[in-house]
Amino acid sequence: MLLAAEGGFHAPGLEEFYPPAVLFEGTPFELNRIMLIRILVAVVLVAVFMFLMRNPKLVPSRAQSVGEMILEFIRKGIAHDMLGKKDGDRFFPLIAVIFLTVFAMNITGIIPFLNISPNANIGMPLFMAVVSYVVMIGAGIQAQGGWQYVKSQLFPSGVPGAMYILVTPIEFISTFIARPLSLALRLTFNMLVGHLLLVLCFAATQFFFFEAGGALAVFGGLTLVGGFAFTLFEILVAVLQAYVFALLTAAYIQLSVAQDH
Amino acid sequence: MTPITVLAAETPNPLLPATYDIVWSAVCFVIIFFAFWKLVLPKFREILDERAQAIEGGIEKAEKVQAEADKALAEYQKQLADGRAEAARLRAEAQEEGAQIVADMKQRANEEAERIISQAKAQIEAERQSAMLELRGEVGGLATDLASRIVGESLRDEHRAAGVVDRFIADLEAQTPAPAIKES
Repeated sequence: MLLAAEGGFHAPGLEEFYPPAVLFEGTPFELNRIMLIRILVAVVLVAVFMFLMRNPKLVPSRAQSVGEMILEFIRKGIAHDMLGKKDGDRFFPLIAVIFLTVFAMNITGIIPFLNISPNANIGMPLFMAVVSYVVMIGAGIQAQGGWQYVKSQLFPSGVPGAMYILVTPIEFISTFIARPLSLALRLTFNMLVGHLLLVLCFAATQFFFFEAGGALAVFGGLTLVGGFAFTLFEILVAVLQAYVFALLTAAYIQLSVAQDH
Repeated sequence: MTPITVLAAETPNPLLPATYDIVWSAVCFVIIFFAFWKLVLPKFREILDERAQAIEGGIEKAEKVQAEADKALAEYQKQLADGRAEAARLRAEAQEEGAQIVADMKQRANEEAERIISQAKAQIEAERQSAMLELRGEVGGLATDLASRIVGESLRDEHRAAGVVDRFIADLEAQTPAPAIKES
């Protein structure tokens, strides 16, 4: 900001993620640019899948094939893989929605004019992490009963009695605290840092090309190529984070449902 | 407000969500979740089920057709075997019947032959009897003739002549060989 004030290089900061309010400022329904992107993504995601699956046929059309391929990947590759066929189908809606929501909200980070991922605001990842946390615990209690569930999570069998003094707090922290936090933070910071990297690259390019000028324009070329490379990388990250979030949700449910781990 | 104070006032901790952040996250997630849960995924499931059913139906149909073909083949083979057995049975029956007929014919021929033979024998016997009677009469006449010629008129008396003749015949019969008599 100091540099910017001097009319030079504009370094991106956290203020990127807290743009001014557009509507309802100061209320719980305050809308800023990122919240609008979030709503847009939700609407587009639903619309796209309603379109792809609008009239499914036994012999699928091209659009239907694409929709089915994506859903089938989540169903087979994540849900069935982690949870088996029966539980996999039971939790498939949640896992599919998490996968698609995370991906759709990630990918806006590289879509021109949107240029930011709503997952960089921790609300969205945190909300999904809480949903997956609640489902994880609910599934465990449903499968084993409340006490048995807590026992299976905190007092793993096959551990000598005295060791529970050590094991139980570790299991408690890793299962009931680290799991949701790691889900939320991993996604948030991936998106946050990804966005900062892109902004950094393109802001530097802008600076080198139009403000530094002269020989420094060469660096502008480098940062432009870097920005392009990071854009491609962000596509990968968008898919990967969606996959990781959905996979971990499934894995946590599986660990809850399993009698012992 | 300098830029720096604005920054200091407005840069929140990225770890702490603003209320509106949570609100819009929840709204968006709930919208997406319900749209998928109630609209998109049921159709997806439906089409998967339908497709699985179609494939299973196809397999089932093929199995049914196969079973039918197997059944038809078994039936055909059974019919063929039945046919063969029937033919063999008919042949055996015919052979038996033929043998029976031949045996019957033989028996009948034998009976006929026997009948003819016995008839012939009876006839021969009858003829022999009549020939004997005739011969007796004639021999008697001739002997009487001869004797009366030799002895003369004394032997014309009927009663005495018959006695003489009978005695003569008995003598004749005693002289004839035994088998000839038995045969009659």
